Amino acid sequence: MKVAKPGLLTTVQDLGRLGLQHLGVVPGGAMDPVALLLANALVGNEREAAALEMTVLGPELQLESDALVALCGAEFEARAGGKPLPMNRPVLLRKGAVLACGRATRGSRAYLAVAGGIAVPEVLGSRSTFLPARYGGLAGRALQAGDSVPLAGDAATLALKRYLKISDGKKAGPMGMSTVRWTAPSPTLPDGDRVVVHAMEGRHHEQFDAASRRAFFEETWKVSPDSNRMGFRLAGPVLARPEAVDIPSEPTCLGTVQVPANGLPIALMADHQTTGGYPKIAEIAGADVPRLAQLAPGGSVQFARCTMEDAIELRRALRQRLESTLRSLAWEFGT
Amino acid sequence: MYAEFSQEIDLETNAALQALAAALRARSLPWIRDVIPALCGVAVHFDPDHPQLPESILEAFQVLLEEAFKQAGKYERTGRLVELPVCYDAEFGVDLADLGKTLSLSEKQIVERHSRNEHVVLMVGFSPGQPYIGGLDESLALPRRATPRTRVPAGSVAIANTQTAVYSYETPGGWHVIGRTPLALFKPERNPPSVFAPGDRVRFVPVSRAEFDRLKP
Repeated sequence: MKVAKPGLLTTVQDLGRLGLQHLGVVPGGAMDPVALLLANALVGNEREAAALEMTVLGPELQLESDALVALCGAEFEARAGGKPLPMNRPVLLRKGAVLACGRATRGSRAYLAVAGGIAVPEVLGSRSTFLPARYGGLAGRALQAGDSVPLAGDAATLALKRYLKISDGKKAGPMGMSTVRWTAPSPTLPDGDRVVVHAMEGRHHEQFDAASRRAFFEETWKVSPDSNRMGFRLAGPVLARPEAVDIPSEPTCLGTVQVPANGLPIALMADHQTTGGYPKIAEIAGADVPRLAQLAPGGSVQFARCTMEDAIELRRALRQRLESTLRSLAWEFGT
Repeated sequence: MYAEFSQEIDLETNAALQALAAALRARSLPWIRDVIPALCGVAVHFDPDHPQLPESILEAFQVLLEEAFKQAGKYERTGRLVELPVCYDAEFGVDLADLGKTLSLSEKQIVERHSRNEHVVLMVGFSPGQPYIGGLDESLALPRRATPRTRVPAGSVAIANTQTAVYSYETPGGWHVIGRTPLALFKPERNPPSVFAPGDRVRFVPVSRAEFDRLKP
């Protein structure tokens, strides 16, 4: 695929590089792995396949071969060959087609999966782009105009073969786009003006004063413009920690909410630093992090208090729903 | 999950928890993704979707820790010795002069005291390959700079409190910069990718500017 316009921040992402946090290597990977898994399943890919993660403003891509694609996650005004591209569905695009992903109308991040995956080399077991240290993905950076995004060598054959399977043998037309009647759900899309995510009290929760502890769970927080894949800075009331004793740096986690000296919390996202010395007021339930990741700067979030048991139960419920969807999608491809 | 063993950085505690982490890692349990020896504790990241995930994770972690304690003796002091070339010239050691005034030491004395004894990697984290190194000569210990620098170049060797940090990437930083290593601390295509691993022993080897240039990739 040739990149005509790169969009605001388009990177290659998969499920991340695991098992290297003792060397300071964060897993990283898709900000919304649920949407990534669905996109891959819609084109018959393995779960580990890499896709393009686009942010708020999507790229414009020209296809240099036939490709079976699916766009999942945030709603984008995507068009292919000038016609609206249906989201959450496998779509067969022909060689030469121009896919303009447009702007996000709901949510902020979408995943474009292509049958066969994005074929950049693996770095430390993953194709994910890690921008802070410039490795992984396409030369360790976001897409730029003029880039060629490598697809699997057999992407065109796979596209036609897989399309034939899901369309019950109905041959695709030689031009334009062909799709099916069924869609996948989009469980991580923000359902209103304000997203509610569950969070547990963090290790240093008790060190904050009573008003701050209350405010954290009662106030509505706004995602600041200087938020990125490393962390979401949250604007709201200043949180006070009366005895500001130094904390030796300690490991952090996806979804950790830490509060630096200025009193404004930061929710750690996919590319977060593996250790930190700021007090942790909360830990966001893993099941809810993908929904938080769908907020754009200016978006609002409220934290609902939960226990570790609740968080585990939320994760179990999400996994069950997701697995049943993934199974039915795999069934369409006869696998 | 994080098990904290002290609230202050202490070499003996850290050595014990390095051994504990090694014992945990040796179990290679399928539902555990990461075992991270940290400054004052051991963290474990688990795979929340793993089919073999125990019913009560906290209880399972407790049992694991107790078992690992019994095995830890085997893993004591297994760290390698890393000899890190450092150029302490004023060009790189931008805080040496100020530090000398505060500590009433000559720059030569600071370099000598930083490079004469063996240090130890207490934790690797923050950025890929970035070590937190303990064992700083007590006469060099002082708090961080009042105003952090907005950019500290990659390879900078800096001290604060009782530790040495080596910046693996350019980042903001508030430690006193005393030199720079020509080595790239983290290269994903190298095996192992990181110069430092937790528990490694470290010696800082002073090198000239010419030697620095020769070693710089």
